[in-house]
Amino acid sequence: MGNKPGDAGRVTLRPVSEPDPTLPLLTRLWFAWACFFRVLFDASFAARAWSIRTARTARELPSAPTSPAELSPASRPEGEAPKSIRSVSKASEELPPGPPLESALQLLGLLQRDGRFFDFLEQDLTSFPDVEVGSVARVVHEGCRKALHAHATITPIRAEEEGAAVTLPEGYSPALVKLSGKVQGSAPYKGVLRHRGWRVEGLVLPTPVKGHDSSVIAPAEVEL
Amino acid sequence: MSARYVVGIDLGTTHSALAYAPIEEGESSAPVEVLSAPQLVAPGTIEARALLPSFLYLAHESEGPQSLPWDAERRFVVGEHARTRGVDAPARLVSSAKSWLSNSGVDRRASILPLGAPEDVEKISPVEASWRLLEHLTEAWDTRFAADDPGLALAQQEVILTVPASFDAAARALTVEAAGAAGLENLTLLEEPQAALYAWTLARGSRWRKEVKLGDVLLVIDVGGGTTDFSAIAAQEQDGALSLVRVAVGDHILLGGDNMDLALAHVVRQKLVAEGNEIDRWRMSALTYACRAAKESLLGDAALVSAPIVVAGRGSKLFGGGLRSELTRDEVSRTLVDGFFPEVPASARPAVRARAGLTQIGLPYAADAAITKHLAAFLGRQVGATEKIPGFTPRARHGDAGDRAPKLLHPTAVLFNGGVMKGAVLAARLLSTLNAWLEADGAPPARVLEGTDLDLAVARGAASYGLARHGRGLRIRGGTARAYYVGIESAVPAVPGVEPPITALCLAPFGMEEGTEANLPPHELGLVVGEPVRFRFFGSSVRREDTAGTELDAWKDGELEELSPIEITLPAEGRREGDVVPVKLHAAVTEIGTLLLEAIPLTPQKADERWKLELGVRTEG
Repeated sequence: MGNKPGDAGRVTLRPVSEPDPTLPLLTRLWFAWACFFRVLFDASFAARAWSIRTARTARELPSAPTSPAELSPASRPEGEAPKSIRSVSKASEELPPGPPLESALQLLGLLQRDGRFFDFLEQDLTSFPDVEVGSVARVVHEGCRKALHAHATITPIRAEEEGAAVTLPEGYSPALVKLSGKVQGSAPYKGVLRHRGWRVEGLVLPTPVKGHDSSVIAPAEVEL
Repeated sequence: MSARYVVGIDLGTTHSALAYAPIEEGESSAPVEVLSAPQLVAPGTIEARALLPSFLYLAHESEGPQSLPWDAERRFVVGEHARTRGVDAPARLVSSAKSWLSNSGVDRRASILPLGAPEDVEKISPVEASWRLLEHLTEAWDTRFAADDPGLALAQQEVILTVPASFDAAARALTVEAAGAAGLENLTLLEEPQAALYAWTLARGSRWRKEVKLGDVLLVIDVGGGTTDFSAIAAQEQDGALSLVRVAVGDHILLGGDNMDLALAHVVRQKLVAEGNEIDRWRMSALTYACRAAKESLLGDAALVSAPIVVAGRGSKLFGGGLRSELTRDEVSRTLVDGFFPEVPASARPAVRARAGLTQIGLPYAADAAITKHLAAFLGRQVGATEKIPGFTPRARHGDAGDRAPKLLHPTAVLFNGGVMKGAVLAARLLSTLNAWLEADGAPPARVLEGTDLDLAVARGAASYGLARHGRGLRIRGGTARAYYVGIESAVPAVPGVEPPITALCLAPFGMEEGTEANLPPHELGLVVGEPVRFRFFGSSVRREDTAGTELDAWKDGELEELSPIEITLPAEGRREGDVVPVKLHAAVTEIGTLLLEAIPLTPQKADERWKLELGVRTEG
């Protein structure tokens, strides 16, 4: 009786500084988050991803979970639409294999289901007063937060309060701490903590059911 | 093969959970863990969660198979997705299966659920609804543990299944029937409030013995999503050591947290309607959900003055068409604290809904929402619960109160259980009201036993009880919480308009322990061979003195409660159909914890001839 109940689907993440060449978890994780933020803040990226999603039929996406997919912005030039999201580019033979799309779609699905994420981003806000935007933001905030906390264990990288003076000893991990301002010399560094950073300690995603199309983030609804 | 785990299952009205611990020899106490049960949480999405919502959704043909890791072709859904899907299509949703199981007004083996479902829905019985919930937990366990080792299948383990303390003999028997259908035979029933107390002792470790003293009366107040349950447990001395005995249980009250969310939603709905908004079913359901979240934040944080209530637009347009309101602390206090926990005197009793001539088939929801009144009724009824317990010395009352007869049972400590009791304001009001009653009756105030996780306490406590049976930790004794009687109509000339007087013959005394038999009453009854014979059946949670064979011609109002009838059909083998066979009725409590009633013929045709009486038969007309 090795693993405990609830372990199914649980991913224990390694420190950022120790990549594991055999299991592209970090890439997957990074990609999921990269997608999350790029979809959130980069309208053209979101539109492109969306058009791929709609252009490539639903047949292709769910069958992709085990094959590496190329939707990673790092593995192709900006603005160039991928030929096929299933194709494995030559570049990917040198880079770590791209992440499977299934889990990214699942994450997006979760955010829509619990937090109306797509509805929130896809509506033009310009004509609505701040009061309404604010109150709707509560729905989205509460729901997305619930979805996030139910599936990811997140902790700040630095425990200190932001604004506090910190010293980075020799041998600190540059992957964990980004230097800004007068970046020069060598560790130890003395500075002020501007952002505590975030780190995902664990991520549990739903088990996909065979035959389920994860690209359907929310089905259309017809009331009879 | 002998069991390797003890497994506690909390089959709740709104949520179910399963906890387990390995059976190990020796003194090392193994930790009790909670199973994360894989369940559909959205179409095609499976997640493992500690709580399995007790909902069953009968999917429409168009929805396709509701695949689970262990069954790709399933046509119904159990758990989170069933609950959320039920909001979209309520006519296909079965909820509160447990309350249906204890509803003596319907045939609990008949396919009646969901009530009022469209014709293409294949309805299921209340027993099957509970069976499906237990089946899901069984399959989740087996997939997790028994894939390679059949000896680890749940059916092979020692299963402790919890039931409300208020469940009568028939509801317990039907629960066991549902478990049997799910393959669980190695089974013991445990009352939920006792399980909550076991969970508390588990959480406190050895410290609990310092916190409970001889003469204590522990009141367990369990307010869950759909039901409210009270039990009293006394600390007595036995063989020089502290021992706990459950002395009283309350009625089955269909009143809980869901009522509270709904009450708040109606408050907000009125405000929204006054502003000219229309509230349809979908919005009401979203409103109830928003009110639950607002309630939790307001009850959890005393500094909050109000919590916003937002119902966003239903379509993909989130903005425009939404509703905005707020729930204030004042409204929560008025609606919940004063509505459900009013400060009432100890003499208050819940209002009883006048029984209409024609009642719609449905659940017998409590007519009075005031939980404090239900508690007052329980303590008042059970005032004598600790009088005749050997080794129990009640705490002294103060001043001159010792000369007056007490008006209510005097709890010395309170253990809260159930999600509602997480609301500190509500628990505080319940405690202050109780302590005001105790003060007026000359008794010292009751303290609170702290420190359990209210959501999972029952399942954990059940597993902990399983360990206790292997010699580790405390055991609460108690036996049956009712005495049971069969009603015999007296042979008198018929008088129009007057019901023939009825005598209640005690078959099973109060407090029968598991695995014991009652004495054979001297009375003979005649049964007709080949025809079903029905008897009226009664229970009493207050008559502690009656023994098997006691005959009652009269009883005080409320002392005896009529239960669903019992029925027996004598097989014709060895006898002629239509013959009248003289029998005696005999009661036993099985090791599982169910009541077994048998008819024993005075002139048996073969050795040890006896027939089983059916409990939980549908009441007619």
